[in-house]
Amino acid sequence: MKAAFHAWNHKPYLVTEKFGAYSVDIANYRSFHQQGGPDMSHHPDYPDRRSFLKASAAGFALSGLAAAASAQDAAPLLPLEDYVPEYLDAAEWAFVMAATARLIPSDGDGPGALEARVPVFIDLQLAGDYGSADDWYMEGPHEADAEPARGWQSPLSPAQVYREAIPAFDAWCTQTYESGFADLGTAQQDEALKALDEGEVGLAPQVRDFFTILLANTKEGYFSDPIYGGNHGMQSWVYIGFPGARAAYREWPERHNIRYPLGPVSINGDRA
Amino acid sequence: MAREERKRDVVIVGLGWTGSIAGIELAREGLDVLALERGPDQATVPDFKYPQQIDELKYGVRLKMMQKPSHQTLTVRRRDGETALPYRVLGSFFPGNGVGGAGTHWNGLTWRPQPEEMRLRSYVTENWGEDIIPEGMLLGDYPVTYDELEPYFTQFEKVAGIAGKAGNLNGEIQEGGNPFEGWRSEEYPMPPHKTTYDSAKFREACIAAGYHPFQAPAGIASTAYVNPYGMQMGPCNFCGFCERYGCYQYSKSSPQTTILDALKMMPNFEYRTESEVLRVEMAGDGNTATGVTYWDENAQEEVFQPADIVILCTYQTNNVHLMLLSGLGEVYDPSTGTGTLGKSYGYQMNGGVTMFFRDAEFNPFVGTGSNGVCIDNFSINQNDFGALGFIGGSYWRSGTFNGQPIRSMPLPSGTPSWGADWKAGIGEWYGHAMAIGSHGSNLSYASNHLDLDPTYTDRHGRPMMRLTFNWHENDLRMNQYMKSQMEPLAASMNPDIMQSAFKDIGAQYDVRPYQTTHNTGGHIMSETPQDGAVNRYCQTWKAHNVFAMGAGNFVQNTQYNPTGLVGGLAYHTVDAIRTQYLSNPRPLV
Repeated sequence: MKAAFHAWNHKPYLVTEKFGAYSVDIANYRSFHQQGGPDMSHHPDYPDRRSFLKASAAGFALSGLAAAASAQDAAPLLPLEDYVPEYLDAAEWAFVMAATARLIPSDGDGPGALEARVPVFIDLQLAGDYGSADDWYMEGPHEADAEPARGWQSPLSPAQVYREAIPAFDAWCTQTYESGFADLGTAQQDEALKALDEGEVGLAPQVRDFFTILLANTKEGYFSDPIYGGNHGMQSWVYIGFPGARAAYREWPERHNIRYPLGPVSINGDRA
Repeated sequence: MAREERKRDVVIVGLGWTGSIAGIELAREGLDVLALERGPDQATVPDFKYPQQIDELKYGVRLKMMQKPSHQTLTVRRRDGETALPYRVLGSFFPGNGVGGAGTHWNGLTWRPQPEEMRLRSYVTENWGEDIIPEGMLLGDYPVTYDELEPYFTQFEKVAGIAGKAGNLNGEIQEGGNPFEGWRSEEYPMPPHKTTYDSAKFREACIAAGYHPFQAPAGIASTAYVNPYGMQMGPCNFCGFCERYGCYQYSKSSPQTTILDALKMMPNFEYRTESEVLRVEMAGDGNTATGVTYWDENAQEEVFQPADIVILCTYQTNNVHLMLLSGLGEVYDPSTGTGTLGKSYGYQMNGGVTMFFRDAEFNPFVGTGSNGVCIDNFSINQNDFGALGFIGGSYWRSGTFNGQPIRSMPLPSGTPSWGADWKAGIGEWYGHAMAIGSHGSNLSYASNHLDLDPTYTDRHGRPMMRLTFNWHENDLRMNQYMKSQMEPLAASMNPDIMQSAFKDIGAQYDVRPYQTTHNTGGHIMSETPQDGAVNRYCQTWKAHNVFAMGAGNFVQNTQYNPTGLVGGLAYHTVDAIRTQYLSNPRPLV
């Protein structure tokens, strides 16, 4: 793994957050919390969720300090724009940044793909055994144009599909809009992604599943444990109310119609 | 030249549920037993430990506990004449890998078949006549009855530590249990689980509709428990990481939690991992096997392992593949009906209704793989096949089993799959949806079968197995009937939004979405050597010292999850080996 990203599985990412690189998503958090969120005030054994959320919003910087203090020896996480990809080249990285930003946009409640660092997740997945299809049967002969219900029949691995499909899709965007995808306005980007989603871009059979895996990988990066580089700060889990790796609910089966009040924990033991 | 190892009394191929059962029962008999396992060793600690196991991406999505298609897979087509293509990426079903096999990553639902399902052909013809059996359907009777298997179901449930409430104790219907189940000689080993909110709503609606709800039979410990082998289980904490995961806290029934540690202590038992059996070796007489040849992954060489008894305990697909490669029977030909190996492949026909309640809090991450309340009011022994126009049935269940958000994110239909409205949708609906599932029968047909592929080979150069499978109208009609009955029940619960997912008439098999790992048949049991590959003791008709365990023995699949029948048949088989075969090795029928 390149030195530029050696800290991805350590804790101290909140250091950069505290110093401003993530002011946007902190603002999103506050706007979500100020709306109050769901009412969780009626369970006696747990703190009122509204105050919990208020505390967590106010305590965002504090938890950052605590995490930083516990891992001073690890390098801080790089801001997304300074990240050096493991697999994607510069044009591919720009595409993935732009596309995921439309698949899960930043506006509205909850983090967007960029706040969740989904592009980092995708890059690392493509650099790893998923990208190279290590677990898949990839021997020929291949019938890449078989009916979709027959399953993955492309001779290409996911990483190869990204590599072939991005320039093909960019060429379609240039032909249609006179600009590559990353340079389009958001309305045209959404229109182009819709065409890609609906199979109207004319991709070759061996890369026809590109949108399917791009969207799947985007959601994986949004919702998976932060050890894989996405779901930064467990923001997506906080947003929907999934407690992550807590995995202990013995007293909860019979607490009917009461929202579970605790925020998530990650595999590395971080809390949000 | 293959390396040759010391001869053993028994060699077991595959160390999952049935391999573990055969291993401990025959080792307790004093036999020298060796198990060969294709995959790695796996134990609760360190392999399933917290928190590393609580990783949806690694296990739930990347499926790191499963058989890798790059190591072994099969080809699939929907009908004879279509070119079969490799199942390159796991989708529809997930064979397991490694010690514990699919028994490590299952959900734990442990049913017995209904007595009528064990003699389904007779039940149908006695009540409605031969004429209602559709052309091409291979409807059969098992060569063993429910009554004969009852003690073995009980034995498996005690070993596996099943939680539930009996509905029929020695013919007496019990309040709170399933009144439509076969008789039980004893109550379940553990009490039923607590009821989550969605299950409670479902139970209430079922009672109002006049149905008979009961808590799902769960291979998930509801209390502290010690099984007959002295293995200890701890009560489940509803962590919600059952299916696709190993259990981190000794609560889910598995070979690891209920058999293997006891078995590993026995000096006359040995197991070797990374040892993939390539074929069963037949003696010159053609009527017995001499042992097996396996691939030693670490030594990178073939090894001949001689043994007096060979027991095939791999997953259904792999058992059939090994038997095809070893000539343990004649390959089934659907055009002539001759041959037995590969015959009567079975699967499962499932559907369901999802309901959205804006103001309800379901905490979907609080659950178990066997969580929920069930009804059997639409099961095989409750349906009037003549009037309904199909043969089959299903059980219904509602219960949270995982709220893991990459895969478990039900949204109202019409919600976009990406963009601002998708993001708003997940915020609005996560935790506010519940579902009722219909888990139904999918019967056997001449056209659903297994043989060897003419084109694709595996990493050892062996022909892959080829699955020919498609949905049939009989089972799709059953599914549509369940839809017509389930939607009114769901509507009676007054959801804000509800939507159904039931395959319709004409549906074609799609290998991409996960459906179920309940693959059955291919080396079915039979009364005579002409009709199946094994006899009532799961002893191959071809070679009397080769036995085949697992769901490959199913004459046709049942409406239920198969593990209860798999376990019952396994104990029935090892009992026959112990009490009938060892003293006089021969064909037992």
